[in-house]
This record gives sequence, C-alpha cells and structure tokens, in this order.
Amino acid sequence: MKRFTYLAVALTLLLCLVGTSCKPATPEPAAEVVIGAIYPLSGSLAPTGELLRNGVELAVEIINGEYPDLNLPLAAEAGLPNLGGAKIRVIFGDHEASPEKGLSEAERLITEENVVALLGCYNSSVTATASEAAERLGIPFLNPESTSPKLHTRGFKWFFRTTPHDRTFAENFFDFLKDLKEQKGIDVHTLSIVYEDTLWGADVGEAEKELAAERGYEVVADIPYEHETAEVTSEVLKLKEASADAVMMASYISDAILYQKTFKDLDFNPPGILAMDSGHIDPSFLGTVGADGNYIMSREVWALDLSVKKPVVKTVNDMFVERYGKNMDGSCARSFTGMLVLADAINRAGSTDPEAIRKALLETDIPGDMLIMPWEGIKFDPETGQNTLGRGIIVQVQDEKYYTVWPFDLASKDIIWPMPTWSER
Amino acid sequence: MPPLLVDRVTKMLSQLLISGFLMGLIFSLVAVGLTLIWGVVEIVNFAHGAFLMLGMYATYWLYRLLSIDPLFALPICTILLFFVGIVTYRLMIRRVLTAPMVAQIFSTFGLMVFLENMAHFLWSSDYRLIKEPIVHGRLEVFGLFISKPQLVAAAGAMVATGLVYWFVTRTQTGRALQATAEDKEAAALMGINSDRMFALAWGIGGACAGAAGVLLANFYFIFPKVGDIFNLTAFVVVALGGFGSIPGAFIAGIIIGLVQVLGGHLVAPAFKSVIVFIIYLVVVIARPQGLFGKF
Repeated sequence: MKRFTYLAVALTLLLCLVGTSCKPATPEPAAEVVIGAIYPLSGSLAPTGELLRNGVELAVEIINGEYPDLNLPLAAEAGLPNLGGAKIRVIFGDHEASPEKGLSEAERLITEENVVALLGCYNSSVTATASEAAERLGIPFLNPESTSPKLHTRGFKWFFRTTPHDRTFAENFFDFLKDLKEQKGIDVHTLSIVYEDTLWGADVGEAEKELAAERGYEVVADIPYEHETAEVTSEVLKLKEASADAVMMASYISDAILYQKTFKDLDFNPPGILAMDSGHIDPSFLGTVGADGNYIMSREVWALDLSVKKPVVKTVNDMFVERYGKNMDGSCARSFTGMLVLADAINRAGSTDPEAIRKALLETDIPGDMLIMPWEGIKFDPETGQNTLGRGIIVQVQDEKYYTVWPFDLASKDIIWPMPTWSER
Repeated sequence: MPPLLVDRVTKMLSQLLISGFLMGLIFSLVAVGLTLIWGVVEIVNFAHGAFLMLGMYATYWLYRLLSIDPLFALPICTILLFFVGIVTYRLMIRRVLTAPMVAQIFSTFGLMVFLENMAHFLWSSDYRLIKEPIVHGRLEVFGLFISKPQLVAAAGAMVATGLVYWFVTRTQTGRALQATAEDKEAAALMGINSDRMFALAWGIGGACAGAAGVLLANFYFIFPKVGDIFNLTAFVVVALGGFGSIPGAFIAGIIIGLVQVLGGHLVAPAFKSVIVFIIYLVVVIARPQGLFGKF
C-alpha cells in the first residue's frame, strides 16, 4: 500500500511539473482562435454575469459572421481575415465574485484550455488576481469593465483596460463644469460635497476634494454622513447655509431617497446636483421619489439614448434584445466592446502568439465612431495599459427619465441648469 | 452681530429645534412599545424594529391594494400589530420566560431575522413609498419649513404615547399591568393573571410599533430592513429614559431627536451618532437606571 502512495505522489509531482513547464501552445494560424472569459456566472452577481456573457457572445457573433452594415471592428468580414478567416471561440470561466476562484480559473484556462488571451472579470478584486495569473504566464489580459483606479498602476506588462476608471469619472465632473462655463456660459465656482462614510463614498469624496483644489474650485461644505441614517436634517441645513453653485453627492439608494425627500421638505434649491451614479441611478430611485427626482444629474458609463447621436448603438441593442430579451446596460456594452477590441488586436497581430497580440494591443487605435461607447476612441497607454480616450457621460432626469446631457456632442436633450426651485415645480 | 445675521441664526436654530423635535417624537413612540415590554415582561424585544417594518408594509399594501389612506389605516394597522404582539407572546415568548437570558435574547433576535427575511421573500428588497397620501407637502411659517406628514406623525406619536400612559396609570387593567411589572408573585396572589398581563404588554408594544409604522409610512421609504434604522436609536432612547418608564421614553426620544439634529449641525453631521452614543455611555455609567428608571 505504501508503495502505491509513493507512486501516486511521484506521479502527481511529475504531472505538476509538466503542467507548469508546458508553455501555452501557440499553434500555426488555425481555423479557430480560443479566448478565455471569466465572469461571475453564478452566485449573487449571476444576473449581471449573464448580461456580461451575452455581451461577449453577441460580439463573437458579429466577428464571426458578416455584417457589412455595422460600423464596428471586424463586423464586415467573417472571422479574422488576417488569420485566414479563423473564427473566435470563447471558453467561459465562472469566478462567483471570489478573487481565489478568479485566479484558479485564469490558470486553468491558460494552462489547460490553451487560450491565447483572457477577458474579464467585472469585479475589480477578481480582475486583480486573475490578471496576475496572466502576467505570470505571459498571456494578454483585457479588462473591459472594472473601475478601481489601482488596477492599471501595478506595472503589469500584459494588462490592458478599455473602460475609464473611477478617477476618470470624478475628473469628468470637472470637465463637465468647464464645458458648462465655456459652452453654455454657466459659471460654477463653489461646491458642496456630500458623501456616505463607507469606503466607496469616502474615496469618491477624497477624489472630488482633491480635484476641486487642483482645478480652482472652492469647496464651501464638506459633508461626510453616516450610511443608512434615520434623518439628514442637519446635513441638509448645512448645505442650505453653504448655498454652493453645485452639490456633488455620493450616496447609496436609501440615503439618496432620504436626501431627495429632505431637500424638498426643507426647501433646498441648489442650481445643480451632480451624483456619482449608485443610488441616484438605481431603478428604485425614480420608482420611489417619482417626479421629485427630476433635474438630478448623475454620471453614467453608458445609456441607451446614445443611439440618438450614434445609430449603431440602436442596431446592436436591437440584436441584443432579439437574442436575450433585454436591453443592454453599461456592463454588457463594455464586455461587448472589450471582445471586439481584443479580436481586432489578434487580427492585426496576424497570429496567436501572445507577444504579437500584446504588441498589436499596444498599437490599437479605434476611433470613437466605431464604438457603441461614449468614448473618444481606444488607445492604450504604453506604460499602464489604460485606455486614454475613455470618458463617462452625464445623464439628467427629465420627466422622470434619464437622458444623456453631456458630453454635449452626444447629448439627446439639452441640460436644464439651474434646476427650478421646489415652489416653481 | 448685525441684525441680519442674528435673524439668520435664530431662523436656523428654530428650524433645527423644530425638525429635531418632530423626529424625536417619532423616536419616542417607537421606544414606548419597547420600554413597556421590557418593564412588564423583562425581555428585550429585538424584533421591535421588525414589528415597525410590518406596520409600514401593512400601511403600504392597504394603500396600494385597497386605496386606504395611511390616516385611515392607523386603527387597522394598530390592531393588526396588537395581535402580532399577542401571537408572538403566545407562540414564542411564553416558552422562554423562565429560560436563561441568552435564550430570550436569541429568540427575539431570531424573530427579527425571520421577519426581515420573510419581508424580503414576500415583497422583495425594492424600496417603496406611499406616493400621494392625503397629508403631503409642507407648511411655511415665518420662513421655517415643516413637513405636514411629519407634523401629523409627531402629533400622532404624542396622542398615542398619552393614551398608553393613561391606560397604564388610570385604568384597572393598566394598574394590574403595573402590579405585575412590580412583583409578579404578589400580583398573582392578588388574583391577577400574569400570563394575560404579559400577553397584553406584548400586544400594546406591538400596537405602538404598528402606530409608529403607519405614521412613518406617510413620509418615509419602506424596505425589509427599515426597522434596523430605528431599532438602534430606540434602544438608546429606552436606556436613556430608563428601562420600563413610559414618560422616560417620551422625554428621552425628544432629547435624542434634538441632540441628533442640533449636534449634527453645530459640530459636524458625521458626528451626530457619536454625540448620541456618548450621551448613552455617560448615562449608562453615571446613572444606569436612566433618567426616569426606578431600578
């Protein structure tokens, strides 16, 4: 019996050695290019994971099929023309929102499935670990939708990110204020900053204060508040006293509702409210406060009404609805875009060699009008792998619906600023 | 100070005092039910916030499905929660009366978890709000803003607390309740059925949570864990006022409401809970029986 154990251990060790020393296979141009995608397909994020997966699948369908009418990368020809029309095949891994699972799935896909590149992982924490595996094993990792600002500053060689990150989104508020002054003649000088006191809100608050100082805005009220508090009277009265030109908010849903009601009860009338998504774009927000939520502005990553200025958004969304019975959202629009960018690089590389793909990714230059995103295009920073042309949009609630109001060239409605006072409504 | 500034400061102070006072009265009503159960049965009801949540949902569904305005739902929900309290006592609390305190704590805590998750399961985690109750909007008096539903809620809380106090101190049954609270055995010797009195205390406790739920639902959002937001404050109020004291809970509720709003404004909003809990700690250390507690 003992001998068997020895044998088993020896064999296992040997197998492990083989597993790690085996370089991922890089075969000749094949009829099929295999890509790994790791998403939260089960667990509490399963509904989001499903959408992300659908986004990738639709992109693959467009790449592999012939859609000459679509102005998107690789839509016109079938497959990857530079690889003899090779088709893309995606193998999905499930990370269940766990960083450990993400890491092991990345290793499995690279060493066992021999994928030539990885896509994922939505959750910033999982993207962090999975991309480490890719870095170690020398495989390009494209991250379409994680927004933690720390991800692209790790000095990784194989990491690329298409989406703008949280810092960019905070900067967008200030770009917006600048545009507001230059193009609409609306001068905002003083700001009140309100944020909930858990990690997310505190981070947003810090970033906003820093940027305000950098760009010469005066913060007249700095109000961190307790998440899920019973009342916010003192906070709102502070805001009223400060009477800033604009209020910046970072709130989860229950707080967002409570603030909006208290604003009305205490007759607080700021010229503009700029919210950092989350509570203010939660479907429950307008469902609960109704018309009282009008004129609120929030940052967003994507909106369906971009189709007013970008018809391709509608075409792609129609295809999506036809297949999956739902409208696209900011998450799957980004996973869709990520897949296209990766395929575009592989095609330009003309091979499935990881180094060639990495080089091609660095040379990526996709103009904004070939994207369904509101970005100015895709170009990666050679040092960090971060897309330098990404930006968010700002939506405003008008008649209880969200409309894109900034960037002004993508707006589907004119911005309403200042917001009417409560007694005028 | 220039007169204009004085005017602004007094206005701000008055607004803070009014808002704090109104919020405090709601805290009072939530706490009265809690303190009554403690005073008579000597069990801490962690599910009190969950009762409040049930009251709010009952109000919401009466409004949505039968178009009954919260004002008219007040008696219905109060009676409903009265029975929820009694059923809780009969099915659960009676069995743990003589059990160790840990078992009592776990049973009401478990009930809270059960009720919250049941609400989650039955009504989803969506946030809900009664959109157009009869009483809505706000009053403007001398430049001060008062939300009408909050005013109604505060008045309702005052009346309800008064009624409970009147019942406990002025009626035969109420005196029996007090006697049981003071000495269960002696009361039993006088022919008072302590089991009935305990059930009654749970019933009234539930009814208070129900009434508070209705009054809150008039202007507050409703979701399965809404009780948690008020539960913690209610415990502080009860401890400050003295466990078991109805006038204590009433006064302490108003104090906490004022401290939260005034302290939040004068120091910094981020510290408003800190101030509340510092007061709580000072009371627990310096006067453990609370402001009006007897023991």
